[in-house]
Amino acid sequence: MAANPMSQFDVYRIGPEIKVGAFDISFTNASLFMILSTVSILLIFNLGSKKNSLLPNKIQLLAELSYTFVSKMISDTAGSKAKPYFAFIFSLFMFVLFCNMFGMIPYTFTVTSHIIVTFVLAAFIFIGVTVIGFIKHGFGYLKLFVPSGVPAVLLPLIVVIEIISYLSRPISLSVRLFANMMAGHTMMKVFGGFVISLGIVGGWLPLSFSVALTGLEILVAFLQAYVFAILTCIYLNDALNLHH
Amino acid sequence: MFKKIYFQSIFFSFFFTREAFAAESGGMPQLNPEFWVSQIFWLLLTFGIMYLVLSKLILPKISNNLESRKSQILENIEAAEKQREDSDKKLKEYDEIISKSKLEANSIFNQVREKVLKDISSKREVLDKQIDNEISDAEKEIDTLRKNSAEKINKIAIETSSELLQKLIGAEVNNSSISAIVEDLSKRNGDKYYGN
Repeated sequence: MAANPMSQFDVYRIGPEIKVGAFDISFTNASLFMILSTVSILLIFNLGSKKNSLLPNKIQLLAELSYTFVSKMISDTAGSKAKPYFAFIFSLFMFVLFCNMFGMIPYTFTVTSHIIVTFVLAAFIFIGVTVIGFIKHGFGYLKLFVPSGVPAVLLPLIVVIEIISYLSRPISLSVRLFANMMAGHTMMKVFGGFVISLGIVGGWLPLSFSVALTGLEILVAFLQAYVFAILTCIYLNDALNLHH
Repeated sequence: MFKKIYFQSIFFSFFFTREAFAAESGGMPQLNPEFWVSQIFWLLLTFGIMYLVLSKLILPKISNNLESRKSQILENIEAAEKQREDSDKKLKEYDEIISKSKLEANSIFNQVREKVLKDISSKREVLDKQIDNEISDAEKEIDTLRKNSAEKINKIAIETSSELLQKLIGAEVNNSSISAIVEDLSKRNGDKYYGN
């Protein structure tokens, strides 16, 4: 079982089966790591916001730096109108980041390596952004699909392309994160398997690869969380400041 | 060598993984919908709770902290600026006072010096006059004394010599003859005693 690089993505029930109607909402290892991530986020940021000292301690500095990092990211990409959505984007970034980072610990489960999780997040963002766009601009939001300065001959084609690209946003957003996580973890597992199968003689090369990949994957874990958050900001920017 | 091992390992890995896949009869566990509802439910639950706690409790506190720090730093900078201005002003005032008081001290010193010099000169004049007077008085006295002294000495000499003679000889001598002799002697010896 351990040789299968995909077995790390298996979801299994922890504890009894819980059913609500026809739906199975049992507590699984995915649920466990979601709870772990959220609890550690809340713990860190609660500790980081408890005391208000003029000279922040380490955990306060961490919380405040993350705060300013995300707030700068939002104001850079979506402007000042996006301020009400700061808490959501902050939670989103932190959640994805912590889930990704928890996945980097051996024998853990990576929540974001499941397409259903990332798709739910992306679909929520997509629907939310679309609703915000229609609330802010009414049917004028549809102008998003009609870029200015395009020759009238090309317009039907462009509009179709724009609509397709808009509709593919949740898919691209979710698949990007999911595929990155899955590919990275699979690759690490495969190289880890090489270490065993090649033994003491040939195992050193895949081992060194594994070490390098771990560093790369930590980078990817951060980067994908960042990309996820910044794409959300960009979509939000389209909805808030309509100028295409 | 390394290349060979690398390619070999990839080859072997395909071999192994295929075997493993065959054994698991799985593909991607992500596409197995068995726990999708559970994952969605727990995702919404945990993320929702986290979002609520973060947005209602924690993030406002952090932003508050940041704002208060910012404002405190700004206030401190302002206060420092103000104090610097104050100290600059005070330094200027101090300099002014110093230069003013220097001028004043100079003028006072000059006035006092002039006054003192005047006083000294006037007092000196008075003293000079007094001294001159006293000197002239003394000179007059000396002159009178000198004039009188010769006569007195002559008189004393005459009287003493007459008394001497009386005691020595026991005879009464005519005063006039003695005075003639004394005068003669004093004239002769006058040069010796007075130097004139």
